[in-house]
Amino acid sequence: MADKIERRNRPALSLHVPEPDARPGDEPDFSRIQIPAAGSVPRPDVTAQPAETHPLCFTMVRVLDDEANAVGPWDPRLDPDTLRRMLRDMMMVRAFDDRMYRAQRQGKTSFYMKSTGEEAVAVGAAHALDREDMCFPTYRQPGLLVVRDYPLVDMMCQIYSNRGDKLQGRQLPIMYSDRAHGFFTISGNLATQLPQAVGWAMASAIKGDSRIAATWVGEGSSAEGDFHSAMTFSGVYRAPVILNLVNNQWAISSFAGIAGGELTTFAARAVGYGIAGLRVDGNDPLAVYAATLWAADRARSNLGPTLIEHFTYRKEGHSTSDDPAAYRPQGAGEKWPLGDPIQRLKRHLINLGEWSDEQHESLQTQLSTEVRAAQREAEKQGVLVASTIDFPHDVRTMFEDVYAEMPWHLKEQQAQMAAELETKRK
Amino acid sequence: MTAMNMIEALNSAHDVMMARDDNVVVMGEDVGFFGGVFRVTAGLQDKYGRSRVFDAPISENGIIGVAIGMATYGLRPVAEIQFADYIYPGFDQVVSEAARIRYRTAGEWYVPLTIRSPYGGGIFGGQTHSQSPEALFAHVAGITTVIPSNPYDAKGLLISAIESDDPVVFFEPKRIYNGPFDGFFDRPVTPWSKDPRAEVPEGYYTVPIGKAAIAREGQALTVLAYGTMVHVAIATAEANGIDAEVIDLRTIVPVDIETIEQSVRKTGRCVVVHEATRTAGFGAELSALVQERCFYHLEAPVQRAAGWDTPYPHSLEWAYFPGPIRLGTAFKKALED
Repeated sequence: MADKIERRNRPALSLHVPEPDARPGDEPDFSRIQIPAAGSVPRPDVTAQPAETHPLCFTMVRVLDDEANAVGPWDPRLDPDTLRRMLRDMMMVRAFDDRMYRAQRQGKTSFYMKSTGEEAVAVGAAHALDREDMCFPTYRQPGLLVVRDYPLVDMMCQIYSNRGDKLQGRQLPIMYSDRAHGFFTISGNLATQLPQAVGWAMASAIKGDSRIAATWVGEGSSAEGDFHSAMTFSGVYRAPVILNLVNNQWAISSFAGIAGGELTTFAARAVGYGIAGLRVDGNDPLAVYAATLWAADRARSNLGPTLIEHFTYRKEGHSTSDDPAAYRPQGAGEKWPLGDPIQRLKRHLINLGEWSDEQHESLQTQLSTEVRAAQREAEKQGVLVASTIDFPHDVRTMFEDVYAEMPWHLKEQQAQMAAELETKRK
Repeated sequence: MTAMNMIEALNSAHDVMMARDDNVVVMGEDVGFFGGVFRVTAGLQDKYGRSRVFDAPISENGIIGVAIGMATYGLRPVAEIQFADYIYPGFDQVVSEAARIRYRTAGEWYVPLTIRSPYGGGIFGGQTHSQSPEALFAHVAGITTVIPSNPYDAKGLLISAIESDDPVVFFEPKRIYNGPFDGFFDRPVTPWSKDPRAEVPEGYYTVPIGKAAIAREGQALTVLAYGTMVHVAIATAEANGIDAEVIDLRTIVPVDIETIEQSVRKTGRCVVVHEATRTAGFGAELSALVQERCFYHLEAPVQRAAGWDTPYPHSLEWAYFPGPIRLGTAFKKALED
């Protein structure tokens, strides 16, 4: 290939690499985002053919309008107590995030990830699901645990990998797991949970159970083969599962366009697979609730899966290990046109005469106190200390649970490690 | 007792377990109505219904991922990967998920999943129907890797695999599905019906995982083998008049170190054989184990006889396959010093 390739009389090809509308130094630019009016999208019957939902993949189910009033056919008409509880849960997630983010910055743990701006996605869904339904989340749905009253202290002990961590310090912070709360062990590999959720749902159907599964994936990792396997299998076997695709616009530093977001909506993938699809204002807890309930009812009626795209914005960094100022305009989250889910629900409750600024302030204080108390409790069991061999857990446990029964080679390695530590301690 | 070939024995293992345990379900490409391309699941859909035996889309990533989900629900799925060569799209689900779920949840969840897959060459399958990827799985903490070499073991080991609470990768040497193959490709094929190891009980029994078998007793040399190579090793020993002890490992992880050590201490010489490519193959691990644990009993360096470090070539199959000449050379070398 030393010589120049002889080109026919055709134009030179060029590669398209998507670029976001704004980079650091630019003004945030969300002008390309189309936001239909709240209440403008019809609500098909739960028994509708998937094709009837497909136009909904190109618009957006929204319940709370710009004045925070609930409008249109998707309004779930929740009672004020439920609304207040949803507000409380979202506020709790944020209070918890703020506290644990700070703990990471204070060196008490290695890593943390916040859900800021996306609290409605998990909280709205968890309220619409049954307590027994099984969730296969990503790391940005701690709201599921908060709604299901998982103890904050247990979450924190996991984050600190301390003596109270029931996962024995084996998992990265926030990779929770709790069977009793229907919260599947989080994988750092991304998207692997999708086919697993489908398999769990298929098993539920095989056994004639009535529980359904729900799973979440980011728009970025929806490019993984696992996402497409899950779409295929769930459609083929009509699995009772809800596939939630959380489009928070950013996968670490790659904008949604790198995952295909320039081409069509993520919800539109439902069209090609012939399953039901919805596209939802992910910062509207009532829309998330209504869409989840619709999909859950459908799954419970043996009508198969629904793909729901939750259109939202990752207000902060991907994790404590990246600085979003290096790849997108500062303050972009503040300008997100769909607003903040907590503020929107707060305003809605105030509009209804069921809430006030004073109550909000007082709840904020109360949650913050609760989180601090939990933190004190959790820290009694230690925090993560990196440079020590005074480990929080019996080191021999490192070799447990690799297999149901420890095979000879692990027993040998366990003994070898114990000897190694003895040498170090001398 | 009935004479069964490997396929019938494996089919019987499914049948026995599906009858015993409602939670056993079978999934894979073409396993349903058709009964699998090698017929291992023939008749099961008819007997146990479509919701327990069904065809899967051509997505190994999906098959394994979905089966893991089923296992975490409480089922005992048996997933067939049509050829071991096809397993790679599901590798992430095996390595990062099936193998890790017990560990990362401190036992809260576990994955009683069996992944069955025909492997190895000798059937003119070309590069994509002949591979032996067992070393890739042996390298993964949390995975049990089982490879039977005859119908009796195939059934008993598959039942143990299905009953195991851990994920088991179960590789079936497809060349010996219908009859033992001694590596002399130019000789007529012998069916299993003439072999005592094809006498298989019709009902339930198990062969334990992690226990090797002495396939041929001998004093001069220890040969560590599994799958098809067990038969090739025995035939090589006999063709060369070498009093070799052939150990059929049956499970490669966890490997039965006691049986290996006992034999090598007795013979003082060791050859490890497999059909898989040589470099970083499971033979390297076996060789290291023998060297570490039996060094002062060894009379000669441990020899390896394996597939070449090339893809499996279609028309050159019998130049690639580690047959009696390659094994014989290694045996003699191990006996030299």
